[in-house]
Amino acid sequence: MKVDAVLVKHIAKLGNIDLSDTEIKLYGKQIQQILQYIETLSQVDTQNVKPTYQTLDNTTNVWREDKLQPERGLTQAEALSQAKKTYQGYFVADHVFSDAIRKTSTKLAKRRQIDKFNAVLTEVNSKGNLGVKDLFCTKNIETTAGSAVLSGYKPQYSATVIQKLEKAGYLVKNKLNQDAWGHGSSGENSDFGATKNPWDMSRVPGGSSSGSAVVVATGEVEIATGTDTCGSIRMPANFTNICGLKPTYGALSRYGVIAFASSLDCPGLFARSVVKLKTVFNQVAGADLQDPTSQSPARNKSGVKKIKTIGLPKEFFAAGLDPEIKKLMASAADKLKGQGFSVKTVSLPHSQFGVAAYYLIAPTETCSNLSRYDGVRYGQHRSYFGPEAKRRIMLGSFAASAGYAAKYYENAAKVRTLIVNDFEAVFKQVDVIMAPVAPMPPFKIGAKTDNPLEMYLSDIFAAPASLAGLPSLALPCGFTKNNLPVGMQLIGPRWSESALFNLGEIYQKITNWHLQKPKL
Amino acid sequence: MKLQPVIGLEIHVELKTKTGMFCGCSADHFGKPPNTNTCPVCLGLPGALPVPNHQAIDWAIMIGLALDCRVNLESSFDRKHYFYPDLPKGYQISQYDDPFCQAGKLSLASGKIIRINRVHLEEDTAKMQHQVIDGQKMTLVDFNRSGVPLVEIVTEPDIASGEEAKEFLKKLRDIIRSLGVSDCDMEKGSMRLEPNISWSESPEKLNNYKVEIKNLNSFRFAQQGIDFELKRQKELLDQGKTPVQETRGYNPQKRATFSQRVKETSADYRYFPDPDIPPIVLTREYVENLRTKLPQLPEALANEMVNKFHLSLSTAQLLSKDQLKLAYFNQYKNQVEPFELANLIVNKKIDLDQPPPTKAASRAVDPNIIDQVLKENADAVAKYRTGKTSVIGFLVGQVMRLTGGKVDPKQVQDKLLKALQVRNLQG
Repeated sequence: MKVDAVLVKHIAKLGNIDLSDTEIKLYGKQIQQILQYIETLSQVDTQNVKPTYQTLDNTTNVWREDKLQPERGLTQAEALSQAKKTYQGYFVADHVFSDAIRKTSTKLAKRRQIDKFNAVLTEVNSKGNLGVKDLFCTKNIETTAGSAVLSGYKPQYSATVIQKLEKAGYLVKNKLNQDAWGHGSSGENSDFGATKNPWDMSRVPGGSSSGSAVVVATGEVEIATGTDTCGSIRMPANFTNICGLKPTYGALSRYGVIAFASSLDCPGLFARSVVKLKTVFNQVAGADLQDPTSQSPARNKSGVKKIKTIGLPKEFFAAGLDPEIKKLMASAADKLKGQGFSVKTVSLPHSQFGVAAYYLIAPTETCSNLSRYDGVRYGQHRSYFGPEAKRRIMLGSFAASAGYAAKYYENAAKVRTLIVNDFEAVFKQVDVIMAPVAPMPPFKIGAKTDNPLEMYLSDIFAAPASLAGLPSLALPCGFTKNNLPVGMQLIGPRWSESALFNLGEIYQKITNWHLQKPKL
Repeated sequence: MKLQPVIGLEIHVELKTKTGMFCGCSADHFGKPPNTNTCPVCLGLPGALPVPNHQAIDWAIMIGLALDCRVNLESSFDRKHYFYPDLPKGYQISQYDDPFCQAGKLSLASGKIIRINRVHLEEDTAKMQHQVIDGQKMTLVDFNRSGVPLVEIVTEPDIASGEEAKEFLKKLRDIIRSLGVSDCDMEKGSMRLEPNISWSESPEKLNNYKVEIKNLNSFRFAQQGIDFELKRQKELLDQGKTPVQETRGYNPQKRATFSQRVKETSADYRYFPDPDIPPIVLTREYVENLRTKLPQLPEALANEMVNKFHLSLSTAQLLSKDQLKLAYFNQYKNQVEPFELANLIVNKKIDLDQPPPTKAASRAVDPNIIDQVLKENADAVAKYRTGKTSVIGFLVGQVMRLTGGKVDPKQVQDKLLKALQVRNLQG
């Protein structure tokens, strides 16, 4: 696949973004490199494989009765409240029959940095006890998704998860930094500057829920919300020595959580112990009538009763894994063996294609989800998107465009089916899978920013569970020689959270990794 | 190569559900102050999610069933992407690969069949106004209509003239109104038409261009616009030119179409299944149950009224497709002689908020009229004699017509039968 300037301009136009000549050159080169990697999917035999577009236990027919819901309605003042320009009750857009005006973003006033890790974007209430990723809408409280596009946006409503937490007695303390829109594994893609790792200020804390992990790691709050589309909870938990749960897809409502890739987005939680995580998870999980993808009837049929056998997928322990992490994983497995669990090697043969499939599916969905940002009803114009958002918009408009959709987007959805099938087969042999979260310990800020593909490959161990909609619990399992935290993930069948918590609790009873705190 | 007019229609109909396609806002948006009927979902706020309206799905399928469509038991919603200020999410939730209904048909009075390609469900857009304010051109947007359930009906390019298009559209409107699922009010925009027109070898072998006309707000304008467009294109083709592929508007004052937007390439909507909405999977029983909810469609009902009440076909047609008049007729048909009641409603246009005037008592039948009808319809009389006794209905109708319906058809029938018997004996 040759990515020339003509193609770059075409897909940028489809995605409705303006590029400078420098950008056309740079993104063209990067997209070419990413597509080359994605070509590895052509090795997979997807003939006669049905594509997977949702992981919902075959849920169908989620609909509502035809009843008015005035309690959800907005007044005219509320509807217009976030618009730059209104006129006599109307929103004002550029005249559609005039020639398109080329927009250039004027620089926003630099945001004041609140804490030394740049973890907090907005201080809400100093008496609060809850940290909230800035992807969760909080009524009348600025919610930016980490993007300049939404800088200053004050949502007219709150996400279901936030409402539930408030009902359970939590109070929002601060809104937290993140890779813009959830696009990133390191926390460096925030339009408001990178978040820093409290264990080593020169290193990344992991992303995209970077600020959430940091405020829990430093003890600023006990609980923080995050979202995990492909590792965005597990990665930062793993890089900051805390626990993070990416729940089963659909376990927590997505309503009011700014969408990144809808078929993959999982709102979830961070805490320092599995016990705490479990308590809060049970307070916020549940079907939401406002989110049709939260209504799988399988929710109440428990996946695994009790874990006896733990599987180590051999593909996750292959050459690419850092030797120190490999050693720490082996010793964690030994610890659990000592508790009477049997441990065996299993195989997830298609997991190596996870990142390639993911970087077609997620950009396609994010390109679609980011289409609503036009600066008319809220936020700034599309020229305010940062470089990573622009790259993903273009990748997505390409993968779903006429002539390419079957080869790229649909084929990725078929590979997704094979990944789902791999897990199903393995869960016939073992009750849970234990695997590293990332192939390397926390890396230096700036180390991967010039090479998007290398950054994407850090998601290699996160992608399979995300694509299959499975729950995965990340928890600390040791430190490198340089005192950098290392975590592992426990992946179970759909709706097996309680079994994962039980195993995690047992592990944390016999280890004290999770009790270690960074020196502040 | 001989060319013929080839016309296809895309019709959008707003359903009169209580609420939106994917949210609980009122679907009754007409005439409200701007942006007073919105919620996070239909305003496309960050994080909002769509929840489909069950009633709208049922009604879309019922429209499909009334048009003889096949119902797809497995269907899904897809995202159709384009950027326009009236589309809050930058995509419209619509249906692409698996619409609810496909492959239907509707026949015209001539017997010609117009095939229906598909009937699918989607969401309406916001309303825009283009104005100059303080010397600046701008577009004002009102999201009250955003997210109202919209059914799209697409025909195959089987229509050959403005006249046929008009007949098809009227018939379609009458059917949808009889289902009680939409007002199909062209003025309020609850029914919108987009013909696409070309001269082609055949509906199967389309020419390499097509012209779409938008914003037609009456059937008459649709007919005129199509006929104008056919003539305009034919003149170009006769000169050896190919008409430009474009969208045109219609100016009723000038009775002419005008160029609006040239489409150089076909749009790339980048459809994909909406990940926010699980698929819709129906059983055959479910669909058959919806079929039992279909009322008798206007055409069948009109025929029945002609046979049962001896109404003229035109009166029966007018009654059968007007839900208000039909309800009034059914309410009083046991109290007032049906033929006369129908005339009061259709021809005398009585106030439907009042009971029918009771002076409409039956009068005795004038024997001269009976004689006259028998004489003037010797053919029918002959048929009756050969045993085709059903012609009596026709003869009754003739008497009713001559008496302006002011007699009791039962009495007429008795008198006619008697007279025929007498003649039989005499004959």
